[in-house]
Amino acid sequence: MNFFTEIGRFMIFMKYVMKRPQKWSVFWKITFREMHNIGIESLLVVTLIAFFLGAVTTIQTANQLLTPSDLFPTQLIPKFVVGSVVSTSAILELAPTITCLVLAGKVGANIASEIGNKKISEQIDAYEVMGINSASFVALPKIVAGLIMIPSLIIAANFLLMTGGAVATKFTSALSFDDLIEGARMVFHPEYVQIMMIKSFIFAFIITSLSSYQGYYTEGGALEVGAAGTYAVTRICIFILFFDLVIAQIFLGL
Amino acid sequence: MITVESVGITLGGRKILTNINATFHPGVPNLVIGASGSGKSVFLKCLVGLLTPQEGKILYDEQDFLSLEYDQKQELRKQIGMLFQNNALFDSLTVEENVEFPLKMFSDMSKEERKHRVNECLAKVNLVNSNHKFPSEISGGMKKRVGIARAIALPIKYLYCDEPNSGLDPLTSRVIDELILQITTDLNITTVINSHDMKTVNDIGENIIFIYQGQKWWEGNKSILSSAREENPELDNFFRASF
Repeated sequence: MNFFTEIGRFMIFMKYVMKRPQKWSVFWKITFREMHNIGIESLLVVTLIAFFLGAVTTIQTANQLLTPSDLFPTQLIPKFVVGSVVSTSAILELAPTITCLVLAGKVGANIASEIGNKKISEQIDAYEVMGINSASFVALPKIVAGLIMIPSLIIAANFLLMTGGAVATKFTSALSFDDLIEGARMVFHPEYVQIMMIKSFIFAFIITSLSSYQGYYTEGGALEVGAAGTYAVTRICIFILFFDLVIAQIFLGL
Repeated sequence: MITVESVGITLGGRKILTNINATFHPGVPNLVIGASGSGKSVFLKCLVGLLTPQEGKILYDEQDFLSLEYDQKQELRKQIGMLFQNNALFDSLTVEENVEFPLKMFSDMSKEERKHRVNECLAKVNLVNSNHKFPSEISGGMKKRVGIARAIALPIKYLYCDEPNSGLDPLTSRVIDELILQITTDLNITTVINSHDMKTVNDIGENIIFIYQGQKWWEGNKSILSSAREENPELDNFFRASF
């Protein structure tokens, strides 16, 4: 199937997904369950990754900027610059993009396999024959739950990244906690948070919609369900990085 | 009543069904028989709209199903129950929740009313004391019964059964046949059964269509089957191979 055919099929899929749910009480019940699956169950992995990523970024940035070299034998860069670099990287890139790449593997593969399994075991057909819009029934609660929980995880990741950075300052003599916070405060722009939130909503939609689409069109057996998960993760990662570039160029390009 | 007029479908460049005409009446089991790969399941999927034939018409009591919009089709499907070959039970729901599912989606019943209706349906298919088991915890025959109970939970007019006896022992197969016959006559619904079980054909085949290589090869009922076999070598071969 060529690229444009696939885009067309995705648009048709989304046309059916974006229909009014048949019964709101059932829809919200499933959505809350999905919010738990996507959000609460991903909290631990996001916490660990964000914390360590923040610590590593702080140590490495401090090492690169504060170590005297042949070019600059004495230290020319103020220490708070490390805090500026770390906090800006956290808000603009590490929290939204890295978190979503991790969630692509965890949440995306999970959604694609779950829906793919329903497809090959004729459960999707059963919904259709009952008169239920199967695309909307299986995908819409996941998309809504993703749009609520993934940005929340990204906000949490942001704080955890800075917490990781703050803890790292305790293990290095090159940089103090005050330097880190001073740097973060000096370069803070509210627009960066807006860009982070725009990214988080777009990435959340990419993760949940692409994985649902991939699962919904699974054909075959157990092997194909596994393949659907793999395809979903690969495509989500590519689309996340592509839209990351597009958003950076639109909002930050000089 | 369901009327099929000149239905034909091509999938992946291959003609699967050609010029199928048939009428399925309420109150009697209508059987579609044929060898594996003859196009029976494709035919059934065309009837419920899971596949769209390129040719012909499918009329549900004079209503042209293929010309309906998606939302109108979904409305009509609320009157359809289907028993799938692999049961298609929702594996994350218990037996009780599976049967309750259509009631939750399409009725305004209270929780107590739904529970009462679920027990009524499960009793109708002789399945008691399994309400809280998951599909993975019950036998093949029990899964078929749950599938039937789910299909009849709402008041339906049409029931489709795709190879209801596949994977079942002969004794359980007869029980399922009897159950489908009883539901069809009691509720006076139009039932279409895909089968290659000759015992089923001989027991409940009131209106039989034999599909051979994607075409309707023969139509009749169980009483004229033996005489038809003498004149129809393909039908005779199919029968001989089945025993």
